[in-house]
Amino acid sequence: MAAVHDDHGQAHGHDHGHDDHGHHGPPSGFMRWATTTNHKDIGTMYLWFSFAMFLSGGVMALMIRAELFQPGMQLLEPEFFNQLTTMHGLVMVFGAIMPAFVGFANWQVPLMIGAPDMAFARMNNWSFWLLPPAALLLMSSFLVPGGAAAGGWTFYPPLSVQMGMGMDMMIFAVHILGASSIMGSINIITTILNMRAPGMSLMKMPLFVWTWLITAYLLVLVMPVLAGTVTMLLTDRHFGTSFFNAAGGGDPIMFQHIFWFFGHPEVYIMILPAFGIVSEIIPTFARKPLFGYSSMVYATASIAILSCIVWAHHMFTVGMPATAQLFFMYATMLIAIPTGVKVFNWTATMWRGSMTFETPMLFAIGFIFLFTIGGFSGVICAIVPIDVQVQETYYVIAHFHYVLVSGALFSIFGGTYYWLPKWTGHMYDESLGKLHFWMSFFFFNVTFFVQHFLGLAGMPRRVPDYALQFADFNMISSIGAFGFGLSQLIFLFVIIKCIRGGEKAPAKPWEGSTTLEWDLPAPLPYHSWTTPPVVK
Amino acid sequence: MSSKVTATLLGLLGLAFYSGMGIAAGDPYQLNFQEPQSIIARETYDQHIVAMWVCVGIFVVVFGAMLYSLIYHRKSVGYKAANFHHSTTVEIIWTIIPFFILIGMAYPATKTIIAMKDTSSPDITVKVTGYQWQWGYDYLVGEGSGISFISKTSTPLSQIYNKEAKGEHYLLEVDNPLVVPVGKKVRLLITANDVLHAWWVPAFAVKQDAIPGFIRDAWFTADKVGTYRGSCVELCGKDHAFMPIVVEVMEPAKYAQWVAEQKAKTAKTTIDVNKVFTMDELKAEGEKVYAGNCVACHQANGKGIPGAFAALDGSNIANGPIEEHIGMVLNGKVNTAMAAYKHLSDVDVAAVVTYERNAWGNTKGDLIQPSEINRFRK
Repeated sequence: MAAVHDDHGQAHGHDHGHDDHGHHGPPSGFMRWATTTNHKDIGTMYLWFSFAMFLSGGVMALMIRAELFQPGMQLLEPEFFNQLTTMHGLVMVFGAIMPAFVGFANWQVPLMIGAPDMAFARMNNWSFWLLPPAALLLMSSFLVPGGAAAGGWTFYPPLSVQMGMGMDMMIFAVHILGASSIMGSINIITTILNMRAPGMSLMKMPLFVWTWLITAYLLVLVMPVLAGTVTMLLTDRHFGTSFFNAAGGGDPIMFQHIFWFFGHPEVYIMILPAFGIVSEIIPTFARKPLFGYSSMVYATASIAILSCIVWAHHMFTVGMPATAQLFFMYATMLIAIPTGVKVFNWTATMWRGSMTFETPMLFAIGFIFLFTIGGFSGVICAIVPIDVQVQETYYVIAHFHYVLVSGALFSIFGGTYYWLPKWTGHMYDESLGKLHFWMSFFFFNVTFFVQHFLGLAGMPRRVPDYALQFADFNMISSIGAFGFGLSQLIFLFVIIKCIRGGEKAPAKPWEGSTTLEWDLPAPLPYHSWTTPPVVK
Repeated sequence: MSSKVTATLLGLLGLAFYSGMGIAAGDPYQLNFQEPQSIIARETYDQHIVAMWVCVGIFVVVFGAMLYSLIYHRKSVGYKAANFHHSTTVEIIWTIIPFFILIGMAYPATKTIIAMKDTSSPDITVKVTGYQWQWGYDYLVGEGSGISFISKTSTPLSQIYNKEAKGEHYLLEVDNPLVVPVGKKVRLLITANDVLHAWWVPAFAVKQDAIPGFIRDAWFTADKVGTYRGSCVELCGKDHAFMPIVVEVMEPAKYAQWVAEQKAKTAKTTIDVNKVFTMDELKAEGEKVYAGNCVACHQANGKGIPGAFAALDGSNIANGPIEEHIGMVLNGKVNTAMAAYKHLSDVDVAAVVTYERNAWGNTKGDLIQPSEINRFRK
């Protein structure tokens, strides 16, 4: 990090000559991306990787919805359908949403805290380059005998013990992805704790940095647990252990406890950075400081802590004692309080602001609106008697797509539009961005709102076929899914157009923005903050 | 407080929404739970209505404020931004109010949870076993004890594969429903033979995972005579969507009659295990057993599904020593989809093994008598 030149031209376009970088200019072409240790390059790769996975997972979702368009088996066989639901979940969670947020962290954390790069630049390269082999393992498992894993993304034994080698490939993919996440998290924690600009105390950090700091701790806490449980599954499958086999003294339900001890914090791993992004966007376009900054930090921390003691609410129908059900119900309901505080704070930030509605702001408002619906259905699911009725039905599908698609994914869209001018040096096409928002917003609700009704009326999840009663809502949902899927091509088009050219972005394209990255010149130099700024 | 009263109190909006609720099951635009048919289902239904309206209320307040702000506090109408950024009083208020709302929702739920768990003093106890992909019912205690049968989907494949019109109860119909008397407390002991399943009948609000190697219990008391439908709701492999549950609730007198019929039928159909069968008898019987238990994976032509389920036609087991074949059927194969079928009767095991060795291209020519099966049981 000896570079002191800040004049390297376009930040991450596609044709870097780097002839201007005498002593350690990066190689060009593929080797540049394979060997890069630059946080911007790595961030870009994370984001493109996650977008590719998002499209793959999306194609799987559309195949699922195509089969569910009408009752009866039309296009797919049940085994393949189960592979698709399983892989859709895994690809979206581990391939699309999580790497996208790590991509944001790579780009934005150093820029926002005034650091020249990530703390462990080479490890950063490695944690990215672990992802493509893991993705390859996951995707190619469709081609092996028996096909891909088909036990649901939660791969409960004993069903997952029965599967063919597709399950083993999935287990190894999860190991690799877990290693990548842990390394990424350690890097983020170290960067944030050690490399902040002089004067930037913890309580002066942008909220996005705060949410990622807390998320990274959660990741370091729970990813090893996931690695442990898939390893136990692997030894049960091949080495004669009986962790999850009652006949050998084990317990299939123990798997669920361990899995969800990872799985529930995982849910918050996918939403806390989203809270951070939205907390950056809303004040910018309301031209008013974030309301209740410190309560936002405390709320994020409380959500993270509570998220570790609520896991068994995913298991209310396994037959726990009443006291355990009561504990997990009360703890789960408590999460509504800090989450509510956040929604109230965002509303108060908008209140008496001077708002404009560019695409990032539209996605942020869409996020608050729809995420809150997902939050409400979450409270309803927390109430044990109701959860017993809706568990394993489409109600749950609707619930977690409201928090993961209109929550996590909308924040990723919003954040991309928000920082795209800084990243590319060009303004994106505002009208197409707005079109992308409105199409996504409309079709998302067409797809998922009716699924609440399906679930309440009794349609189980993970089925390729259903009773005739559910036909109409399923048809509506499938039409919405195809609309939503096609709308994402607008996003791809806007991004490519923005990278290739367009109106030059000023250093500070958003009037109300206050964080450090907007103080950097436009176009963004390849190495930034080589001299740290002083924060007062 | 009944759900109707709650809804009326919540006003016109409530009525508009409520019109879609609580209508008969099977309505394609049903927006809410099925009509509850047990005390627990009714409490759950009411709690859901209350929780829904609490959420709608909060939603209207919060997003009403936000909408006002979105309309009036915008730059395009010349609104100048204020600069306030915190207020401890407000923060405390909106932390405490939700706390009390949550307590209000948790209190009735707590009472229901405790009631749900009270499986004491049942009138009838039935063991429910999940198999890939059918349900087994064994009446253990109470009127009807000793009755035992398998219940599987009666929707024909031709309907599933769109070769003929789908019936009214498509995917929600079985050959042998679980029969219980009305108004009697039924305790279910739920377990599984192979992988996880879950037994769910929405009208009774009973949903309990069936866990191999463990027994969990649940209970219901049906309010009204009728037919109630549900299905397996824990992913259990390829035919997860095709293992429905039907519960037939009868008047006590009719139930007694049903019990008598079942007992008579069992007595009549019980084949003497010591009888000596001919090859053709065993093959004929075996084909029926095969169609009921094996066909989903191994297929009618015995070819299985390459990569997923083994072929029997030409297989080493079906053409090898008969002891190994019987062992495979009785005990299954660890860590594969081949489950143990030791719940089949000696006649069924003898018949299906004989059939498999002499069907399709298999011409082993040997047979096994039911009387010999018992010595293979561990």
